[in-house]
Amino acid sequence: MKIYHYIILLLALAAPFLLPDYRTQLAFLWVMIILALSWDILGGQMGYNSFGNIIFFGIGMYTCAVFQRDAGLSYYPALLLGMGLGGIVAMLSAVILGNALLGMRGHYFSIGTLGLSIAAGELAGGWDFIGAGSGMTTPMFPGALGDRDIFFYFLFFAWTLVTFITLRWLYRSRFGLAINAIRDNEDKAEAMGIYTTRYKVVAWIISALFLGVIGGGAGNIIGFIDPKEVAFSGSTFGVWMILMAITGGKGTLWGPVIGATVFHITQELFWTLLLGWQRVALGLLIVLIVLFFPEGILGWLRQRYPQRFAANSIKPDQAS
Amino acid sequence: MFDNFMILFDAPVFSIDLLVNGMLIGAIFVLAAYGMALVWGVMNIINVAQGEFVMLGGYVTLVVVKLGLNPLFGIPISALVLYAIGWLMYRSVIYRVVDRDVFTSLLATFGISILLAQLTNQVFGANVQTIDTGLGTWYFMNGDVTVAIIKVIAFVLAVFLGLVLWLFLKKSRTGQAIRATSQNPRAARILGIDTHRIYATTYSVSAALCGAAGSLVVMAWAVHPYIGLPYTVRSFMVVIIAGLGNLPGVIMAGLGLGVAENFAGFILGTEFQIAFVFLLMIAVLVWRNFALRRQRKYLK
Repeated sequence: MKIYHYIILLLALAAPFLLPDYRTQLAFLWVMIILALSWDILGGQMGYNSFGNIIFFGIGMYTCAVFQRDAGLSYYPALLLGMGLGGIVAMLSAVILGNALLGMRGHYFSIGTLGLSIAAGELAGGWDFIGAGSGMTTPMFPGALGDRDIFFYFLFFAWTLVTFITLRWLYRSRFGLAINAIRDNEDKAEAMGIYTTRYKVVAWIISALFLGVIGGGAGNIIGFIDPKEVAFSGSTFGVWMILMAITGGKGTLWGPVIGATVFHITQELFWTLLLGWQRVALGLLIVLIVLFFPEGILGWLRQRYPQRFAANSIKPDQAS
Repeated sequence: MFDNFMILFDAPVFSIDLLVNGMLIGAIFVLAAYGMALVWGVMNIINVAQGEFVMLGGYVTLVVVKLGLNPLFGIPISALVLYAIGWLMYRSVIYRVVDRDVFTSLLATFGISILLAQLTNQVFGANVQTIDTGLGTWYFMNGDVTVAIIKVIAFVLAVFLGLVLWLFLKKSRTGQAIRATSQNPRAARILGIDTHRIYATTYSVSAALCGAAGSLVVMAWAVHPYIGLPYTVRSFMVVIIAGLGNLPGVIMAGLGLGVAENFAGFILGTEFQIAFVFLLMIAVLVWRNFALRRQRKYLK
């Protein structure tokens, strides 16, 4: 571990006590970071645009909420088991969907996932078992309101650490090299003996696990699960995760973290000034970043100050 | 769910109604799909914003009607306005992503799609809007089969525009240049074709086709700011079923999709119609890919 790791860790531990008014937003910061990191597994490292990763977030959210409602356990075990179960269900759906969709390449996969996420929202809106269009409410937190935010803050922080460390390890291992090879040239990767479809499905499963677990938690901190506006919300979380990952620098480990932090802070501070034009700004931002700033913040820093920011391991050119 | 299914057996005349209206809807999908196939084939861009052009066409017609003109004038006006919007879109965004990888063009058009949908939502509100053309309806078989005349006009117009597009691509100099560019842009440039101008024309023509389609959508059914994505997905589906550069195939696939969707909407209930469209697309993709995988190929 380097010195800045300790600084970030300390800051993260102290943040809810330094800024007690913003605990909910700080807890959401971790959700955002996980969204961006898990999108980047496919979007950045593997070169597969997934417009539908939000589906695992929603699956985790609903699974957790249903488990909390029907399991009859007390609050904490129900929440933790529900989040775990959300992750497992999300992984299982990634196995099924991945085998069906990931044999395809590039734009077919993208449009397929785009359709999938919207279909999921529509189906959830018509299914009575999970509350159909009127959504679900999650159980009340048993303690005081301030404790609730601190509890969720550290819960999400722990899961972010798990996500980050797992991904760091994965990207340095053979797995990371394999998915980078798929991004750079899938035909060659296959010719070199990599089982590309298997690697792609595994990458999607990992992405689904992190999203599914945090989805369950996010559902509880929001308190109300609407099928189209919260769980399978293509126009908020679904777009944000893409925007955050490419803002920070896709295909890097720290990029999504930086992107999510910058985006979340900007959003909390300035978003209300836009008076309802936020979602318009979102579309515009994506276009502008893709056109004029495709390498993202970290990618730009790497080009500008290579001796300070370049990755330790040898990475191929960022242009996929 | 199965009650409605049994109705089809008890009263077969409903099937005829669904079939006829489905084919008429399908004509509009065909029109939108022409646009997508054109951009895809020539520029190798999957334009996620294609459906938003349909939606915008509908809103242009709404404005035309508010200005007091006959809604039928909305069709050419929408096409013209959308031609201009397409041109602007190309000059501002698309020309920067034409020669870049699929990843970039997908993200950029995805951003445009969000931008246009949300902008429309801000300007016109999220309400479902429609126009009454006052053209009336034909009734057949004791009123069990109803056909709005505007839908027939839509059908005829779709087929007519398809023919015009085919002739344009086959015969006119610009059409020949478009086909040359789609075959080999580099060679076309060497032979003196201004490929950027051709790309701009292609993109604008595709937007104009979608604008005309949207104008028909608002008259025959209804529009709201978020109908764009379903139209993108439908056009995409029609194109992958038919294959690129196969205009008769696009017509068959579009009409078939319209019929399938209409039956699904009746049997499953309209609230599942959109979900059906998206799931059908995934099924088509998976099926196509599965068939190719046996030959060690994949969808390109």
